[in-house]
Amino acid sequence: MVIRRSGFSPTMAPEVGLKDDLQNKDAVIRVESLFKAYDTPAGPFPVLKDVNLVILPGEFVAIMGPSGSGKSTFMNILGCLDRPSEGRYLLSGRDVAELGKDETAALRNRTIGFVFQGFNLLPRMNLADNVALPLVYSGIAHAERRAQAQAVLDKVGLGGYADSLPSRISGGQQQRVAIARALVNRPQLILADEPTGNLDSHTGEEIMGVFRALNDEGITIVLITHENDIAAHAKRQVRFLDGRIVHDASTQPQAEAATC
Amino acid sequence: MLGAMLQEAWRAMGANRLRTLLTMLGMVIGVGAVVLMMAIGQGAQYAVAQTISSMGSNIFVVLSGYTSTGGVRSGSGNAPTLNVADAEAIAELEGVDTVAPVHWGSVQMVHGSNNWNAWVQGTTPAYLDARSWPLAEGAAFTDSDVRAATRVALIGRTVAQNLFGDENPVDKTFRIGQAPFVVLGVLAPKGQNLEGRDQDDLVVMPLTTAQRRVFGTPFQGSVRQILVKASSAEAMPTVEKSMEALLRQRHRLRDSADNDFTIRNLTAVADTAAETTRVMSLLLGAIASVSLLVGGIGIMNIMLVSVTERTREIGIRMAIGARERDILAQFLLEAIIISVIGCAIGLVLGVGGALLANQLARMTVVVSGSSVLAAFGVAAGVGVFFGFYPAKKAARLDPIEALRYQ
Repeated sequence: MVIRRSGFSPTMAPEVGLKDDLQNKDAVIRVESLFKAYDTPAGPFPVLKDVNLVILPGEFVAIMGPSGSGKSTFMNILGCLDRPSEGRYLLSGRDVAELGKDETAALRNRTIGFVFQGFNLLPRMNLADNVALPLVYSGIAHAERRAQAQAVLDKVGLGGYADSLPSRISGGQQQRVAIARALVNRPQLILADEPTGNLDSHTGEEIMGVFRALNDEGITIVLITHENDIAAHAKRQVRFLDGRIVHDASTQPQAEAATC
Repeated sequence: MLGAMLQEAWRAMGANRLRTLLTMLGMVIGVGAVVLMMAIGQGAQYAVAQTISSMGSNIFVVLSGYTSTGGVRSGSGNAPTLNVADAEAIAELEGVDTVAPVHWGSVQMVHGSNNWNAWVQGTTPAYLDARSWPLAEGAAFTDSDVRAATRVALIGRTVAQNLFGDENPVDKTFRIGQAPFVVLGVLAPKGQNLEGRDQDDLVVMPLTTAQRRVFGTPFQGSVRQILVKASSAEAMPTVEKSMEALLRQRHRLRDSADNDFTIRNLTAVADTAAETTRVMSLLLGAIASVSLLVGGIGIMNIMLVSVTERTREIGIRMAIGARERDILAQFLLEAIIISVIGCAIGLVLGVGGALLANQLARMTVVVSGSSVLAAFGVAAGVGVFFGFYPAKKAARLDPIEALRYQ
């Protein structure tokens, strides 16, 4: 288990860890001195300041931080929905800055699976069509789409609801469907933005159980949360504050040692 | 992919049925109006073309002058200023194809228990040729009939129906006054002329017969009009000028005197009529097109609303891998489907309306395949044109903003 730190870690020189990671070509996510500023009438407003992060295949990372700390912006950049102002972001070894719009769309389609706080299912479609939607944009034929959607719905335990509309099922079930949609194209990476934010704690725990099971299958998971309980399910916690990573530690297997 | 997008479009349209139907209604009215107006316009043009061809092409009518007695002037054709010799002289002019002197009047005629008042044209066999008028039955009279002033006649369909009913009139006789006339043939029906007069309500007989045995003209050889057919449309202006000069010379008119005859260019009248109907049908089409345009703007309006409403959906689609062109195609497809379905309904209503106008108002309508195809093409074009801006707007949305949209 490698422990990565960046910014102000008093215990370990960050350069050493970074250098080790740079030599590791297999990183799913590699972010190097990333800056992001938004243009406002009052001039550029910096949101991310010199963020460095490497996430290896099979990791389960929780990104934490108060509102305005830049974690959502960071997530948008990881999801190729936004572009950094400065710095490099490599997703599976490819520099995202060099990719065109269609190529980043293809990355979002095949390499990344998104799970949102508000589930974001399309209300007029039944669950199978919702889950199969990414396959439409991969150009997969109808029968095949249906079969794959059914398979992932079975996997999240909602195989019997394929023809129901999202409004017919509970929030926890909707989030499972959203996870199924994220999984349907067999992505390397799942990005989840506060996936339990709209759920009660019990259902939230269940959803985290689904994520852990997926992680056990080898899928890399990065999730944003501000709840410590939820973050504790992840194997590694990264904490943002004022646009910088201020804490980066693994909780497992040495949970106590890394807790600050 | 297309299947999924069609399903998508169908679902989106079904989600707001009333709105979709109202948007479609704009297209329905637009296309229906265009198809109907085109059918009526083309029908009018067709009717005029029919009438013109029934009149014969490149025709002049030379009318004799009027008489003036104590300040009371009769109409053209009443003074015996034209005669057969004039007609023969005109026939010698360059560019003149056929010449037929005509003496006419209206006469009461009797057959059995039927009687009928019809227009009698006394003329030469060249008349039928000049007016390109074939016979439906029987045979025409000949030059020898003209020389001998035989009592023979060709009758129009209307006369045939009124005098003979269902009988075949050929070789039957009818009387004018006490004199019997043998029907040699029946003229092919021509229908109404430009003024709406029934061209089939007439009797054509040899000029001499009409002059001597029907009207009893005091001036032998005088005619009321001369029908002149030019050899081509290009020759008409020259023929008109040389004809005028010839007649002035033959009538010994001084330079200061007015013509004692009138030359009418029937083709010019026909051209005017054709031009009028052409302009009318263009105008009808233009007005109908405006409603099509309004229908298109309706589509654009609703698509813009739809894009705004579905901003979040667009964001979700982008997040899971939709490319700009996928979003563009989706919204464009929706606009095209609305306009094409609207067009199909409009087409049915337009054609139905045209047939109804034909049945109820006895209007000539022409629904051509090309106008139907054009309507479809225009509708698809309207869908693309007015759907493109909203679709582009949807495709250009920033996915982060779109996802945040409530």
